[in-house]
Amino acid sequence: MSAWVFTLIQALLYLALAPLLAGWIQKVKARLQNRRGASIWQPYRNLYKLFAKEARMAHTASPVFRAAPYIVFAAIWLAASAIPLLTTDLPTAAMADVIVIAGLLGLSRFFLALAGMDVGTAFGGMGASREVFISALAEPAMLMAVFTLAMTAHTTNLATAVGDLLVSAPFLRPSFLFALIAVVLVVIAETGRIPVDNPSTHLELTMIHEALILEYSGRQLALLEWAAQLKLLLFATLLVNVFLPWGTAQSIHPNAIGIAFVLFVVKIALLGVALAVSETLLAKMRIFRIPVFLNMALLMAFLGLMSHVILEVGA
Amino acid sequence: MNMSLLQQLIIVLAAGVMFSSFAMLRQERLSTAIYTFALQGLFVAMVTALIAASDDLDHLYFSAILVFGLKVLLIPWMLHRQVRRLELDRHRESISHPVLVIMAALGLVVFSYWLVLPLVQSEMQFTRNIVAVSLAVVLIGLLMMVVRAQAVVQVLGFMSIENGLFLAAVSATSGLPLVVELGVAFDVLVAMVLFGVFFFQIRESIDSLNVDRLNRLTERTGDEL
Amino acid sequence: MSITLALQLAEGAIVLALLSALVSFFPATVRRHVAMPLFTLSGLVALVAGLVALINGGVATAQLPLGLPWLPWQVRMDVLSGFFLSIIGVVSFAVGIYAPGYVRGFERGSDSLRALGGFTGLFLAGMMLVVIADDAFMFMVAWELMSLSSYFLVAWHHDHAANRRAAFLYLLMAHVGGLSILLGFGVLASFGGGFTFEAMRGAPLSFGWASVAFVLAFIGFGMKAGLVPLHAWLPEAHPVAPSHISALMSGVMLKVAVYGFIRFVFDLIGTVHWQWGVVVLIFGSLSAVIGVLLALMQNDLKRLLAYSSVENLGIIFVGLGLALLFFAEGHPLIGSLAFVAALYHSVNHALFKGLLFLGAGAILHSANERDLEKMGGLLRRMPWTGLFFLVGSISIAALPPFNGFVSEWLSFQAALQAWNLDGGVLRSFVSIVVSLLALTGALVAATFVKVYGVAFLGQARSRTVRRAHKVPLSMRLGQGILAILCLLLGILPTFFIDLFNAVPREILGHGLSQASAHGWLWLTPISEKTASYSAPLVALILFVILVLGLWLVGRGTRRVRLGDAWNYGHASLTPSMQYTGTAFVQPIRQVYGLLFQINDGVETQQDGRRRYFLQVTDRAWGLLYVPIARWVEWSSRQAVRLQSGSIRIYLAWTLAALLLLLWLEV
Repeated sequence: MSAWVFTLIQALLYLALAPLLAGWIQKVKARLQNRRGASIWQPYRNLYKLFAKEARMAHTASPVFRAAPYIVFAAIWLAASAIPLLTTDLPTAAMADVIVIAGLLGLSRFFLALAGMDVGTAFGGMGASREVFISALAEPAMLMAVFTLAMTAHTTNLATAVGDLLVSAPFLRPSFLFALIAVVLVVIAETGRIPVDNPSTHLELTMIHEALILEYSGRQLALLEWAAQLKLLLFATLLVNVFLPWGTAQSIHPNAIGIAFVLFVVKIALLGVALAVSETLLAKMRIFRIPVFLNMALLMAFLGLMSHVILEVGA
Repeated sequence: MNMSLLQQLIIVLAAGVMFSSFAMLRQERLSTAIYTFALQGLFVAMVTALIAASDDLDHLYFSAILVFGLKVLLIPWMLHRQVRRLELDRHRESISHPVLVIMAALGLVVFSYWLVLPLVQSEMQFTRNIVAVSLAVVLIGLLMMVVRAQAVVQVLGFMSIENGLFLAAVSATSGLPLVVELGVAFDVLVAMVLFGVFFFQIRESIDSLNVDRLNRLTERTGDEL
Repeated sequence: MSITLALQLAEGAIVLALLSALVSFFPATVRRHVAMPLFTLSGLVALVAGLVALINGGVATAQLPLGLPWLPWQVRMDVLSGFFLSIIGVVSFAVGIYAPGYVRGFERGSDSLRALGGFTGLFLAGMMLVVIADDAFMFMVAWELMSLSSYFLVAWHHDHAANRRAAFLYLLMAHVGGLSILLGFGVLASFGGGFTFEAMRGAPLSFGWASVAFVLAFIGFGMKAGLVPLHAWLPEAHPVAPSHISALMSGVMLKVAVYGFIRFVFDLIGTVHWQWGVVVLIFGSLSAVIGVLLALMQNDLKRLLAYSSVENLGIIFVGLGLALLFFAEGHPLIGSLAFVAALYHSVNHALFKGLLFLGAGAILHSANERDLEKMGGLLRRMPWTGLFFLVGSISIAALPPFNGFVSEWLSFQAALQAWNLDGGVLRSFVSIVVSLLALTGALVAATFVKVYGVAFLGQARSRTVRRAHKVPLSMRLGQGILAILCLLLGILPTFFIDLFNAVPREILGHGLSQASAHGWLWLTPISEKTASYSAPLVALILFVILVLGLWLVGRGTRRVRLGDAWNYGHASLTPSMQYTGTAFVQPIRQVYGLLFQINDGVETQQDGRRRYFLQVTDRAWGLLYVPIARWVEWSSRQAVRLQSGSIRIYLAWTLAALLLLLWLEV
């Protein structure tokens, strides 16, 4: 029972930390660009402001439009809660393995795209079209990388996989390196970061995610913004805790949890810096360069698989 | 997988050799392709040095240094210089059907794995696994010469074939006798110089380095052009 | 209750279906009130029969007083038959409820309602006979009954030349496929020494002959199932039939082909080989990807659904291919996992494709429109159909917590066990199949975002669609049943897997023993450590978060203010400003352009206006069908030379043929 209670706490921690990561990346990016930037607490203020505001909706919108923010938020939050943040003693991980997590993210994307098409504006349709286009390219690479990892981990349960990695000796595997690169590329595409999408753009023809949520306002917009931040934290956690699991607690012991929390914050903060640096250095690609970008992810995943098959087995 | 960390590092670097072959195959910018080639040389040199360290084979250190000097420093430097003199620094070659080319290369990797499989199973030495990678690098180098039209890139393909052969020699038989290696290294160097001369010759006679234009030289199609 | 009862019920269901066919020829009032209820009842009885067989297990046989003197028709009921019988039953039941309201729309038309009712009954009876047949002779007769009666249903709207052409193509392909199946049975019969399935099971087959039989069966059943490259008839034939028939054809008849393949390969041949698995995986994954890409390009809703059937059958065959591979390599547990995944997806596809075709029928009924580009905003006009169609779309897009996700999850779990296989080549092959499956999943989601977004959301793009109205209660009920089943199979997978588990356990001798070892909440196909999925909890938590969110964030006191769309400040939004289906898929069309034959450009019309046109065709036509058709024409032109008109030359040919035969006889 205490595991379930802690799972709930961890899920709430996801909610609490998600805006912070977004704020941190913005701050680092601003500093790298010689700006002072907003406070790292700014995303919280934005959410607070939006929740307090009145929501306004087009009269052409249907119930799907109204329900979408809640479904998107619920699906992403549930997916996040199944990823080990601090401890591998996580009952939700048995409830939803990595494929279910992918499915839940798919559910959120499905409703987001439908909501984009609902009001009947050209922007929404454009955003929906591009969103599904990118996901169609990203999904095979993601699954191929998962497949590569599952070849060594022999499980799709993330908590078990992370737990197994924690007890094994330090290792260096080409397949993990390639899979890591593949997952990083996929994550950049899935979370809509530069160079695939620009989260801070409102330029009419380049936006993808922003175009989808253009018609939302008030608390509905707040939920969607929060969900997007949650998704970023979800993927960041996935990256650091699967590929650098060291520090994650294997039981709910106060000391272990404390160490895990500190290490987690450090890891995520470093990842945020890396993301900010890459976003400062790179320019957004035009949409038809994205297949090249994501095919590279697929190639990496496949090379990871091949090097697992060729180099790591039978030795 | 019971390997020492050193051995794991060797394997990672071998995977890096394979990766750089793919990167070279796909790279459209000429000067970046040359850097990638240097990177591949670096990986090969490091693999060689690490095998030398893990198996206590002193003569492999010389090979590693040879590879480093030749493939990482000298040849890339010569190529860069020629590319600058031919004013191709900013040259981009567009590859037709890049996805198909990459898929073909992946097919070659699987094929060479399948080919080497009996060999790997008979001997349990871990470097044997690298033989498949080397063979793949050789085949991808050849593929590169087939699908890329730019003469400089073709030279890169040729040189990466040599990389693959060298890696195979190092991993399968702990390297060739030093004399042979020196001879091969010298050959490569001579080839490089000859290529350099040819670049200018080709350029002067057909005003391009696109080898597809060389089919003007056939007798049959002379009247069509 | 016993398996014999199941067999008797199945026979009863067939009699009811035949009765419903007969009653259709009675006067209109009788037909209207009796035929379809009989059909519905037949479906219900078949469903019960199938469930009884699945729950009890075992085998029951009987002889029908029909057939040849030395080969009376044998029928047999076992879990496999029962499983597919219940698929037939459940969809027919829903279709039977739906159909009266839908068919009423045709009463003013010129086409014969008698023929429609009669062939519908015969079609159902044919399908049921196929799954309980126990000898090759009866199997083929039932198979042809199914094919022929569905041919007449495809050709029912025979006023359009295109429909007649589609029906003819369907007939042609069905017969080529039937021939191939017949030859396959011939191989088994000659080794087994008889046409009964019992004799065929004991046939001692060498690898070579077994492979010949396998290839023939794969071609025959694959053709019926619409696997690439033999799929081209399917998107022509299925959409032109009335929608409830399309639901039966796509939802059920394709499953009968799957049944035939399973019966033939896993039961009759028995010993499987990994090479077969590779072949099935290649064609299955190709069908999945090419099917969904072509579906994505369609703007005719029913054609789109038909192409999507190609894709789903591809996924089912991927499951079967994995099962072949793992069984042949000596991993029966993983093999049965893949097998159960294929079975689960068969049920799922029957349910959601049936549901979606019924939804398309409802749109056709109330707005008389099949073209997506003219739809829009239907959710507001047909809220129930819209809701059910949404359920179908989520299910088919394999999203939790609906049923499509469960079978997708099971397939992935089976494929992810590839590390058990010997040989890296097979392992990397399976991983390519996995990534193709993932690609398929993402593209299906794209397809149904397009369908739902263009048809049900946004604003109406034509006047008829703006005037669309609600459909009768019976039609909504038919869709509702299927939608509820989609949800049930999605959130209670352990119950259904325990039920379906009887099939691999009795047919293949190995089942999933661990699937519900940790209680009904947890689905653990291999072991708890490998992977687990708790669909009830996922659904419950999603629901709780939704309710909490609505309560905390969207409380009723804080109303949402309605106004004009913001649309980035551009005023006056008109329906024609919406993204069209064609525009929606443009990026994907460009990236996967190699797979289609795209013909587009700008043409100047007579009134001087310039218009963009786009035509995306299936490459299979140009690559396979047109060459074959040309070859047939060429060879018949050669044969025409024989027809010189002179009777003596004909007689000379006869003489030559006679001499040749006599010579061969010696």
